[in-house]
Amino acid sequence: MSGERPPIGEDDLVAAVDGRLTPERAAAVDAFVAGSPDVGARIAAERRDREALREALAPIAAEPIPSRLRIAALQAERRRRGGGLGRIAAAGLIFAIGMGAGAAVTRRYDDPGTVRVPAYATVAEEASAAHRTFVVEVAHPVEVDAGREAHLVGWLSKRLGRRIVAPDLAGLGWKLIGGRLLPAGTTAAAQLMYEDAGGKRMTLWVQAIDGETTAFRFRKDATSSTFAWVDRGWGFAVTAPLDRDGLLPIAEAVYERLDAGGDAGAAGRS
Amino acid sequence: MSRTDPTALLEPQIPALRRYARALVGDPDVADDLVQDCLERALSRWWMRRPGEDPRPWLFTILRNLHLDRLRQRRRQGRAVAIDEDAMPAIAPDQDGGLGVRDALAALELLPEEQKSLLLLVGVEDLSYEEAARVLGIPIGTVMSRLARGRQRFRAILETGRIPLLRRVK
Repeated sequence: MSGERPPIGEDDLVAAVDGRLTPERAAAVDAFVAGSPDVGARIAAERRDREALREALAPIAAEPIPSRLRIAALQAERRRRGGGLGRIAAAGLIFAIGMGAGAAVTRRYDDPGTVRVPAYATVAEEASAAHRTFVVEVAHPVEVDAGREAHLVGWLSKRLGRRIVAPDLAGLGWKLIGGRLLPAGTTAAAQLMYEDAGGKRMTLWVQAIDGETTAFRFRKDATSSTFAWVDRGWGFAVTAPLDRDGLLPIAEAVYERLDAGGDAGAAGRS
Repeated sequence: MSRTDPTALLEPQIPALRRYARALVGDPDVADDLVQDCLERALSRWWMRRPGEDPRPWLFTILRNLHLDRLRQRRRQGRAVAIDEDAMPAIAPDQDGGLGVRDALAALELLPEEQKSLLLLVGVEDLSYEEAARVLGIPIGTVMSRLARGRQRFRAILETGRIPLLRRVK
């Protein structure tokens, strides 16, 4: 038993093409190939393909770096842009998204036979529309950044009439980058944006809404997924470019932390 | 120059980022836009990276996520297109009228995004399988099987020298 090698697997054959086998596994693959010449031929062909691809792309890496990609140039541009021009553009966008979100709700649910849009569906729709608009922003993803978190949550809380907390999701790998105020129906909504180390962005949405308290409702779009829920007059949504299983733990953490924060503040509750 | 200085750590990676971006999108200007956005994001979250960590997998992850965002944005208006191989037309070697594909880059163009990225990140950029798994956010076993399938498909395209008619509709 002890002298037997583990059988050859697909991973060995892939690593053979990349030349990344340990000497023992390389010997095992050689022995296997001796009995299956077609596998040997495949490995050789895929090695040639790999080389062809490297050669075809090599000239690009050898080109001089365009000056606009120099780090010093990018840093200078970041410093220059730090000002307030983006605010004005953002204000225009807020108006646009408010209209857009409303129109989307109408289009989607205005089918004959649909009696009434459930509150959670409105929340999910508006949250995901706002998510799509602002997560792609490179220069101005948020209106107030996380550096002024106290100001941000104070301002949003005041405008919404509910104590808003920015849940600490660092344990799940998400860092708050800031937030903004947006129109939602006839009232206002708060959007908090988080980012993970890989650049994915997740948004948390809070708006006042009449409707029954619900459990989590899941919604999938082309770009992202949303968990929305309604709790005692407030609609919440968590949206991110993740699948259901990836998003659920975040929604649960948000639910727990918002609930705790809401009770502690109690401004809008009693 | 300090070890945590962005210029010292980022600039050496730019040639590889440009190469990956060009292979993903084809057009040189669009590719450099993607690299620029990637570098801007990297600078804006410089404080988030772990000191001492190799910046390459991190940068490739940012660049690929930006690329996927743009693909999705473009597709949102039209029909939804899944970014997996089921959405790709099968290669039809016997079909007449296919366009000759002898060039590695043209063949690469015909792979689903995930297989394309794996061929590039592992085969060209020399990322380890673990690093590639992190960039794509998939388990390492999945990396191995998609690499195997991607390379077979790449081989088939280069051997038959054809792409299916369906793909020629712009």
